[in-house]
Amino acid sequence: MTEKLKVATTSLAGCFGCHMSLLDIDTRIMDLVQLVEFDRSPLTDIKTVGKCDIGIIEGGAANTENIEVLQMFRDNCKILVSLGACALNGGVPAMRNQFDLNACLDESFVNGAGVVNPGVPDDPELPSLLDKVQPLHEVVKIDYYIPGCPPSAEVIYDFLTRILEGKPVDIPYAQIRYD
Amino acid sequence: MHSATNMPRFDTEHVIPFVDSLVLSANKRADRLLQLLVEIQTQYSFVPDQAILRLAEQLAIPSSEIRGIIEFYSFLHLVEQGDFQIHFSDSVIDRMSGSKVLIQQLCDRLGVSPGEPRADGRVTVSTVSCIGMADQAPAALVNGYPLTKLDSKRIKAMAQLIESSTPVDEWPADFFLVSNNIRRRDLLLAAPFQEGSALSHLFKTGTDGILDKLSRSGLRGRGGAGFKTAAKWQMCRDIDADERYVICNADEGEPGSFKDRFLLETCADDVIEGITLCGLITGANKGIIYLRVEYRYLKQHLEERLARRRDKALLGEGILDQDGADFDIEIRLGAGAYICGEESALIESLEGKRGIPRNRPPYPVTSGYMGKPSVVNNVATFFVAAWVATKGGNWFASKGTAESIGTKLFSISGDCRYPGIYEFPFGLTISKVLDECGASETQAVQVTGPAGNLVLSDSLERKLCYEDLPAGGSFMIFNKSRDLLGIVKTFSDFFAHESCGFCTPCRVGTSLISDLVTRVHSGHATQQELDQIQIIAEVMNTSSRCGLGRTASRPIMQALQQAPELFTHRGETG
Amino acid sequence: MSFILDGKNIPFKEGDTIMDAALNADTYIPHLCHDPEFVPHGSCRVCLVSCNGRYVSACTQPAVDGSEVESNTEAVNSIRRELVAMLFAEGVHICPACEKSGSCKLQAVAYYVGLLTPRYEHFNPPGRLDASHPDMIIDFNRCILCELCVRASRDMDGKRVFSISGRGSEASLVINSESGKLGDSLFDVSDRAADICPVGALLPKHKGYEVPIGQRRYDITAIDGAAAREPVKKSGKSDD
Ligand SMILES: Cc1cc2nc3c(=O)[nH]c(=O)nc-3n(C[C@H](O)[C@H](O)[C@H](O)COP(=O)(O)O)c2cc1C
Ligand code: SF4
Ligand code: SF4
Ligand code: SF4
Ligand code: FES
Repeated sequence: MTEKLKVATTSLAGCFGCHMSLLDIDTRIMDLVQLVEFDRSPLTDIKTVGKCDIGIIEGGAANTENIEVLQMFRDNCKILVSLGACALNGGVPAMRNQFDLNACLDESFVNGAGVVNPGVPDDPELPSLLDKVQPLHEVVKIDYYIPGCPPSAEVIYDFLTRILEGKPVDIPYAQIRYD
Repeated sequence: MHSATNMPRFDTEHVIPFVDSLVLSANKRADRLLQLLVEIQTQYSFVPDQAILRLAEQLAIPSSEIRGIIEFYSFLHLVEQGDFQIHFSDSVIDRMSGSKVLIQQLCDRLGVSPGEPRADGRVTVSTVSCIGMADQAPAALVNGYPLTKLDSKRIKAMAQLIESSTPVDEWPADFFLVSNNIRRRDLLLAAPFQEGSALSHLFKTGTDGILDKLSRSGLRGRGGAGFKTAAKWQMCRDIDADERYVICNADEGEPGSFKDRFLLETCADDVIEGITLCGLITGANKGIIYLRVEYRYLKQHLEERLARRRDKALLGEGILDQDGADFDIEIRLGAGAYICGEESALIESLEGKRGIPRNRPPYPVTSGYMGKPSVVNNVATFFVAAWVATKGGNWFASKGTAESIGTKLFSISGDCRYPGIYEFPFGLTISKVLDECGASETQAVQVTGPAGNLVLSDSLERKLCYEDLPAGGSFMIFNKSRDLLGIVKTFSDFFAHESCGFCTPCRVGTSLISDLVTRVHSGHATQQELDQIQIIAEVMNTSSRCGLGRTASRPIMQALQQAPELFTHRGETG
Repeated sequence: MSFILDGKNIPFKEGDTIMDAALNADTYIPHLCHDPEFVPHGSCRVCLVSCNGRYVSACTQPAVDGSEVESNTEAVNSIRRELVAMLFAEGVHICPACEKSGSCKLQAVAYYVGLLTPRYEHFNPPGRLDASHPDMIIDFNRCILCELCVRASRDMDGKRVFSISGRGSEASLVINSESGKLGDSLFDVSDRAADICPVGALLPKHKGYEVPIGQRRYDITAIDGAAAREPVKKSGKSDD
């Protein structure tokens, strides 16, 4: 392989746990770096996405900014990967989907226990919340999914090497977990 | 006719005695629960909490289960619907005849939202799947009585009658005119039926003689599955059992079908004689007509017919003075659920439960109502059987094709000049039918309702018979001005609304398909979503527990296969 | 009498369903609503098998002598995968936040059929919890309507605490008590119905994490009993 593959990653409504798991592949990240070049990613601190081969996203879509970033990734990445439970199903942030959004905001910022200075934040800088937290595949087309909360370093590493080697992705039974 | 103002407003004091009297008349039988709920609903326009608790206590059924039954059936309610309950028929034919606008007009005039009782609790306007009046659409029911051929003028008059609290039996009689619309007669409709003739033949030739005639006539069930009737009756007769039942399936839920309503109204004697014949042949003592609640207005007429036949020794003990020829018939009402047309769900419903189909085997002929061997046949099947018993199998076999013997009643509706009942021999081409009913510029025909087949204008030479296009009751015609995807959407919504919810593929699949078809219709579907529809359809077809789930994806799949251009075009504009 | 299940000879006796025979022969066919202690139900449909080329539910279909039954094939599993995905989409299944995770049959069957990809748009039903009982909690959005609790309470406990209400996608589990709450019903934690739920809908209180995540039933052994889940390796490539 002459040219390195470009990879971008981001966390939307996630907890960065999936990124931590990515870092958990330890020294093998050095092998990876031989093969890939990171574009936008919390690992590089680049803020915009250029044309990439692979985009990896953790977290679901909870606000308008998430949607923008997700669209941007879809527009720029040849392959888009949903990484982790939140990206696949909305995960823990999507637990709020069972409630009315305003009821959630009131509970957090107005009526909840221990709230000081009650009031729902309304700074125009803040992106507005979506009515429901959406899994990524409900917003854009996703090419690959890696379940887990977080997916183990093992799964992520295997997945990436398979993609890089152009092999079909096949997550073995022993590596599938939703928790 | 039931009077609106006579309906006692809900009143705590009356509820308990009323429920008690019902329970008593039902001999405290828990399997009568659904009938009691229908009576209570009719009386109060809902099932009050006190009634539920009283029934629970008297019949030893948990109140949660009673509520669960009420929530299953469209005509039963937990909140008061008011003195005037208007149910608009919401089939595709009603919609094509402008029902949506009329519903809106009535709602506006009365100041109500569809499906919600008005704040003063006096009136509710809602929709139900299809009330079997597609030949005189748009139609509705007011307190159970059919209103046909509605238009804006009539809607205005209705609103005034409601606002002035005019009892329904004082509304103009022409509002309630239900026409027969017989357009073509053949073997069966040519002459009136000779009461008792089939039964006399039975006593002359014996059960084997009649079964032989039925075999020769090739009669196959008219309810959809097309099972050989003679074989079904014989199986039931030959099983060792102490009790047996004959059940007449008058649930006619297939949108666009009204042949059963027509027969019950116009040829009730023929049908009842067919049921009686079956009872005497199989050795059952009891017959039940499961009448969909949309046809409740026919109950009195049928009761009168039954009474008259008892007087003439055509029903009851010692039929035609033959010793041991005892058979009687009871009418039970449904409560608004298409799935209760499926024979095992119907039996569950008759036993007073939610209409959830049973696991099969065992089939009803071996273990049906109350676990006893039961013949379930469609109204039209009994009707034909009575005629064949009288006139002979060869008489019937003089028409039709090799596999599809005789003639069949069709309910024709939609874009044609003469909608109504047509009796045709099997094997006619669709284009011939279209000619006869005065259809022009035909884009498509839906044969046998949403679960049947879509036939586009390039296939009009197909024949209506088991060898080619199996034909049930309903034949709906759509001309070139109609939005085919909109029709498909109506059908998909119908299945999502009528799925019983028991099994995963149908409960979830019908909802998913209905959402996806809505997206297709609005032009927003992606190729991925079209692929998804095909996957869901495959899953529903292969894994659903009963016929509803196994056929519910047909409208969209047939449209995708036969008219792919509809979808690509949408894709471009969307 | 016997039939062939995925190439294996399975003996059976008169009256056995395909599922009965397979279970007796220690051969796994996926199932969620079935438990040999109760009358077969046939609602989840994940026990779908092809019997002489016809799709049937193994838990309700009487076994037929000499028949060929296919279960663990891609054709059948691909349908099961969609069925499981439908159950996930219909309810609210956030496994990382569920006490049942690792011992949940829905999850384990999803692993078995290799469900990696969420498919359908989530239904997002409004939240419904019943925590009124001192020992048990119900999260209705995890209920898959298998009616095992209904059958256990009715047929074994003689209580009819649970039933299903409504029709179609509105169908839901309801409790028999004046308030509709479990706490006011006859339900007791020692009931058979208390430990029958295959998923995390009907859960015991105070026990959630007695067994840590990662060491639970299906973390250790796959639901078909055969393939043990390997402990997650810390380093080294897994074999291709
Ligand atoms: C979803 C569903 C709905 C049905 N609805 C009706 C119905 O409304 N009327 C009817 O006669 N048969 C209906 N059937 C067919 C019945 O299950 C049964 O086959 C029929 O009543 C048998 O009578 P036959 O042999 O005279 O046709 C339905 C079947 C299914 C699967
Ligand atoms: S296929 Fe549909 S109607 Fe039939 S049992 Fe399943 S959910 Fe009920
Ligand atoms: S019930 Fe099972 S599938 Fe649902 S969230 Fe809990 S562990 Fe996951
Ligand atoms: S609560 Fe559990 S056992 Fe009861 S029906 Fe729901 S999933 Fe089945
Ligand atoms: S296990 Fe057979 S349908 Fe659920």
